[in-house]
Amino acid sequence: MSDLTRISAATLAEKLSAGEVSSVEATQAHLDRITAVDGAVHAFLHVSADEALATAADVDQRRAAGEDLHALAGVPIAVKDVVVTKGLPTTAGSKILEGWVPPYDATLVERIKAAGLPILGKTNMDEFAMGSSTEHSAYGNTHNPWDLTRIPGGSGGGSAAAVAAYEAPLAIGTDTGGSIRQPGAVTGTVGVKPTYGSVSRYGLIAMASSLDQAGPVTRTVLDSALLHELIGGHDPLDSTSIAEPLPGLVAAARQGATGDLTGVRVGVIRELQGEGYQAGVLARFQESLAILEAAGATIVEVSCPHFEYALGAYYLIMPSEASSNLAKFDGMRFGLRVVPEDNPTAERVMSATRGQGFGDEVKRRIILGTYALSAGYYDAYYGSAQKVRTLIQRDFDAAFAQADVLVSPTAPTTAFKLGEKLDDPLAMYLNDVATIPANLAGVPGLSLPNGLSDDGLPVGFQVLAPAKADDRLYRVGAALEALLEKNWGGPLLSQAPELEVAR
Amino acid sequence: MAGLARIDLTPAEIDRLAGELDVIVESVARVSEIATPDVPATSHPLPLTNVFRADVPVAPVDRDAVLAAAPASQDGKFLVPQILGEDA
Repeated sequence: MSDLTRISAATLAEKLSAGEVSSVEATQAHLDRITAVDGAVHAFLHVSADEALATAADVDQRRAAGEDLHALAGVPIAVKDVVVTKGLPTTAGSKILEGWVPPYDATLVERIKAAGLPILGKTNMDEFAMGSSTEHSAYGNTHNPWDLTRIPGGSGGGSAAAVAAYEAPLAIGTDTGGSIRQPGAVTGTVGVKPTYGSVSRYGLIAMASSLDQAGPVTRTVLDSALLHELIGGHDPLDSTSIAEPLPGLVAAARQGATGDLTGVRVGVIRELQGEGYQAGVLARFQESLAILEAAGATIVEVSCPHFEYALGAYYLIMPSEASSNLAKFDGMRFGLRVVPEDNPTAERVMSATRGQGFGDEVKRRIILGTYALSAGYYDAYYGSAQKVRTLIQRDFDAAFAQADVLVSPTAPTTAFKLGEKLDDPLAMYLNDVATIPANLAGVPGLSLPNGLSDDGLPVGFQVLAPAKADDRLYRVGAALEALLEKNWGGPLLSQAPELEVAR
Repeated sequence: MAGLARIDLTPAEIDRLAGELDVIVESVARVSEIATPDVPATSHPLPLTNVFRADVPVAPVDRDAVLAAAPASQDGKFLVPQILGEDA
């Protein structure tokens, strides 16, 4: 039964609906895989075996009774621990929420449950999604399945590693500056940050409300499209949710998989290559461009001159919003409460609780945000950053006038060693240089594996589309995936070393 | 700043964070180079206005479940430390 963990979610869904396998068998196979490899990978913070098997049994029963089920019914899924799940512990990777069990479900979790997908557990992440390596998790880092001494990316390193290590066929991630796409790139998996407002944010523990977006983490482009269609669409509980139907994402992925991109204009962003990018990353990028051109696409070069200021704007806007959003962790209504010895007033309890409950990176960002928003500095920092956001949106508008999609490497390097950048926050922030502009402008982005670098580690290829045109990501992504896999003779992940299996 | 953010820090943490934050602030301050007065500010990626949902009553989150997850509760309410008479 172990091969049930190696197939795509789409293939597993077909086997389930054809009655070849049961959801209980598929769910148990993934739980067994988690038992076998998660001691080494540490992708999960909590495994909900009983709940998952109960959902699976229920779906099997309903299917046997002839009920009309969702296409993904019975396919197991892992959920990033920043998404609230009723009855399952949710920590966002922080000690301040240790042991907290949410009394409600996020909208996307409600949709997953309504469709009958067994939830395998909650995945590891940088504390409150702040980081690019999962090393800022309060519960220990996740390891990259390609090389256990390396980072799995972040903040959603747990979700990406779970999918890469065949512990789950599907996972949920969230992306504020690259937290779905960068882990996808360094683990050889697929990740999509949808258009801002495409997937409801209700029930996400917010970092930066104007940048956060949840999305799919999978091994194939089609699987991402299937999951995006399930969790996406309008939600009245999120006032920033787009009140229109999603474009046809699965249809676009199937169209793309034919490998024909005739008439598609692909824009190469001049500013997102060259200095700071590993040679192997750039070599794979050029090869992928040649493949797209051979598939009928027209390659044009576009310039986005203000992108060099994106990182600076992001590290002002994100901490400012985070400092406000995280003010709710005051030790009063949920999570940790630390009571200092003398004169324990509410304000002193709050300071003591946050001093003890938050990790280094969270403290850094809250204090930075507090500074950027403080009287006398607001215009120079936060105000200027908001203007840069306008300029970056204009860069995108001009670029999308020349091209249907824009492309770049997802991350400048392959997975680095655990510990390598932990003491240098600025070096860590540079991992997101190519992914951040999409969050600032609200446009969608997809990362898919496009080969191995000189060091034998996976490289990611990023596709960006205009807002609300997420279907273009899936068409171009699926085409490149199909043509690459034809050259490789199978998925890139099949070239990953086998993990040692614990008994 | 840490006081304003309501985070108790140890002296060692203050030393380290102050150094790191200096470097970060210096790096991000470049945004002011291109933020000229003629550029409007953007606060949100997709501007939406007057977003309302239908005025239909729905059941609230269960009170006991909420209180069960609180650090302390009493008589169906959150139990919190003394909130008045502070110097800060």
